Amino acid sequence: MKTKNLTLHVWRQRGPNDSGDFERYVAKDVNEHMSFLEMLDVVNEDLLENGDEPIAFDHDCREGICGMCGVVVNGYAHGPQERTTACQLHMRQIFELGWDELWIEPWRATSFPVIKDLAVDRGAFDRIIQAGGYISIRTGSARDANETPIPKDVSDAAMDAAECIGCGACVAACPNASASLFTAAKISHLGLLPQGQAERTDRVRKMVGQMDHEGFGSCTNHGECEKACPKGISIDWIARMNRDLLKAMTTSADDIEERD
Amino acid sequence: MANTELKSNEPTGPIEDRWRLHKQNSDLVAPHNRRKRTVIIVGSGLAGGAAAATMGELGYKVKCFCFQDSPRRAHSIAAQGGINAAKNYQNDGDSVYRLFYDTVKGGDFRSRESNVYRLAELSVNIIDQAVSQGVPFAREYGGLLANRSFGGALVSRTFYARGQTGQQLLLGAYSALARQIEAGTVEMFPRHSMQDLIVHEGKARGIVTRNLINGKVEAHIADVVILATGGYGNVFFLSTNAMGSNCTAIWQAHKRGAFFANPCYTQIHPTCIPRSGEYQSKLTLMSESLRNDGRVWVPRNKEDVTKDPKKIPEEDRYYYLEERYPKFGNLVPRDVASRNAMYVCDDGLGVGPELDGERRAVYLDFKSAIERLGEDTIRERYGNLFEMYERITGDDPYKTPMMIYPATHYTMGGLWVDYNLQSTIDGLFVGGEANFSDHGANRLGASALMQGLADGYFVLPFTVGDYLGRNRLKDQAPLEQDDKAVTDAVAGVEAKLKALANAPEPTHSPDYFHKKLGNIIWKYCGMARTAEGLKKAIEEIPKLREQFHREVKVTGDTDGFNQTLVKAARVADFLELGELMCIDALAREESCGGHFREEHVIDMEAKRDDEHFQHVAAWEHQGEPSAAALHKEPLEFEYVKPTQRSYK
Ligand SMILES: Cc1cc2nc3c(=O)[nH]c(=O)nc-3n(C[C@H](O)[C@H](O)[C@H](O)COP(=O)(O)OP(=O)(O)OC[C@H]3O[C@@H](n4cnc5c(N)ncnc54)[C@H](O)[C@@H]3O)c2cc1C
Ligand code: FES
Repeated sequence: MKTKNLTLHVWRQRGPNDSGDFERYVAKDVNEHMSFLEMLDVVNEDLLENGDEPIAFDHDCREGICGMCGVVVNGYAHGPQERTTACQLHMRQIFELGWDELWIEPWRATSFPVIKDLAVDRGAFDRIIQAGGYISIRTGSARDANETPIPKDVSDAAMDAAECIGCGACVAACPNASASLFTAAKISHLGLLPQGQAERTDRVRKMVGQMDHEGFGSCTNHGECEKACPKGISIDWIARMNRDLLKAMTTSADDIEERD
Repeated sequence: MANTELKSNEPTGPIEDRWRLHKQNSDLVAPHNRRKRTVIIVGSGLAGGAAAATMGELGYKVKCFCFQDSPRRAHSIAAQGGINAAKNYQNDGDSVYRLFYDTVKGGDFRSRESNVYRLAELSVNIIDQAVSQGVPFAREYGGLLANRSFGGALVSRTFYARGQTGQQLLLGAYSALARQIEAGTVEMFPRHSMQDLIVHEGKARGIVTRNLINGKVEAHIADVVILATGGYGNVFFLSTNAMGSNCTAIWQAHKRGAFFANPCYTQIHPTCIPRSGEYQSKLTLMSESLRNDGRVWVPRNKEDVTKDPKKIPEEDRYYYLEERYPKFGNLVPRDVASRNAMYVCDDGLGVGPELDGERRAVYLDFKSAIERLGEDTIRERYGNLFEMYERITGDDPYKTPMMIYPATHYTMGGLWVDYNLQSTIDGLFVGGEANFSDHGANRLGASALMQGLADGYFVLPFTVGDYLGRNRLKDQAPLEQDDKAVTDAVAGVEAKLKALANAPEPTHSPDYFHKKLGNIIWKYCGMARTAEGLKKAIEEIPKLREQFHREVKVTGDTDGFNQTLVKAARVADFLELGELMCIDALAREESCGGHFREEHVIDMEAKRDDEHFQHVAAWEHQGEPSAAALHKEPLEFEYVKPTQRSYK
């Protein structure tokens, strides 16, 4: 079992209005089987023991599914391993790269203000969903689930888009801090399914409107989001969202009314 | 009136009519009055999220709370395997009755028949609801929904969305919730932690929360309170639960008068990735489906435990499940598989890294399955899981056997509720894993998601509506922020947090104590329990608790984002609940389901004592966990007659 000492430069920021800075720590005897967050746990236990304040970072499931964790490690959102959240990153990956020094930062985007240290406020994502990321169905009024067969490839594609965990790595990785991948994934998940057709036009208009309103940047096709995404959500969904949006813009609400 | 006689309030008559008639006889709140009634829902998982969305839609004024930064991150998100429903889409003989029967039997005859029947009945509506929300369940080539058989069931009734069923169901409920937040019927309070329950004139009337960002302690007043705060498996420190899962909400409600039912019923899942070191923060579940093709073994000889498993010849491998249970082999139920893994490791045959002088892992080997079916088939079946395993351990299960060990997974115990899901405190309702109601002493796979959603979408909106209909606004005692019941509760929480942040001899972190507690509970109240061990635990826990309050160390501001303080407050409650678990386990002088008392065994299997223990044990708080008073709700089985389990 390999162990190693690492030098950490961790972003410490007392609150949203504090300017923040990197602090240097030594993580002693880091074991290759530790997860990245367990390494931070050990550093935090030491800090606490010495009477210092532990590093604040968000996390919950530690299984790569809740989307609560997320930090930038040496410039990579969620660290260097592909398709892996920070909580699922294990230190052997860091050892293999020969990294002895780690720069650990929060997601950086104006729409994700820092709460403290590595924890940020991703409320903007919830508001994008609230703007229209749903199918309006009242509880108890659904018809039998097998009444509408859905071709397997359509359902599988919807699932591909639905796998998004809403962690915000796409925003952190994008040079423009765009939330297009996140928004497009939800729009596509619902827009692919027959149940999602009735609200398809309205949905894309409202969700994209909210995304712009939150101050996220625009997408200029860098593709960094797809690379950073721990769930491998495809950038193709953004093209699909843009097509839907174009359609929605050309059939304005007035047109729809006229047709009636 | 507080329900201290434990009246289950279940309807009588033919079981298939009970829920329908009960609904017919329920009170309703007029639509224009609903917006005048405030409903607090703590929790945004499947149970809380579904209830909040539905009650918002009905027009109530809902306030929903969760401790994560978004309701979409509740622990339900992590469920992998699937959700049961008696749809009988496979035409393999499934029915509501069969799902009911399997669940009562699976719970080892320690659940309430009426509740379980209702659960089975509502299971079909859940699937309809989820599909219409856009949940992309797996489908067959013809476009219809696919099913699989799960956890030894004889029918294929489990619906799934790849390995992310919980995620997709939760995102469905979350989207319905988001729609109501947008509509203004639900106000969402993320990053809030409930710290106390406000009881006024015998009724639950609000909660005290701590805002996790700015540390503010606040009271929220309502007409009714629903707790859907999940399970308490983290009392073991290591479990498959999310790091933040906690017992604070239900424990504080317990201290305010809600009885705690069957706290000792916990489920230990056999296939989890073992600990790799002292720093281990949680354990990861590997799907149970792996046991369909993997063979479980340990070396026959102690000398071989450190040997490369591939170099151990066939005759030196001890396939202990296949040898001990020839009929079911590797597919014995969860508790049997877990216990046997423990026994072989107790015998010194465990493999894996040595921690605290022991090796605690067994092999799960796919070699013969790969030989028989080819690597491609195995990849198709378990590719994702193998990848996850490799990411965590660095080992490739196609080449070398996996290592697994049991871990705490689910808590069947929880706050006692009647048929309406109301606790012993009037106006306090409890749903999802937080209540005790449907799984008896053991939960079947794929049935927790079903219960959470049945409670949230279909039961609570009705029964809470009935409660509000009977407790009319004009008859309700007015309650304001400056009322003593409110200010006292707020002051109590502030004082408690202040004490935790200023222990007299601050020495150790909250985790230090949490780990110690976890070790005690795991050792004495884990897979196998004895009176002697439990007594020891009941002696040790209060001492640890006392040391905790003296020596816990919390740094940083109390009036800001402070994860150490949050942790300390959770550990304080686990330290009390842990003791009650052991007291309950000691009092239950039988083995049933996940509760295995070594003194009560027949042919190596759990031996129930129906004559003396066919009841729910509901504990009433009386100052200290050790002083808790036991109340019993007798259980009757009109439809499914109790039988002894046998897997030989
Ligand atoms: C790894 C794993 C896999 C599983 N797989 C399956 C499966 O395949 N099939 C199945 O049926 N079951 C499965 N289960 C079990 C199932 O996921 C859970 O029992 C179920 O999701 C619980 O839902 P819930 O709504 O009751 O609670 P949770 O989803 O745990 O939600 C609890 C909510 O309460 C909030 N909360 C908690 N405490 C507080 C507090 N003090 N203040 C404010 N808010 C609070 C949380 O923020 C959260 O929103 C699995 C469990 C695990 C751990
Ligand atoms: S902690 Fe849940 S995804 Fe990392």
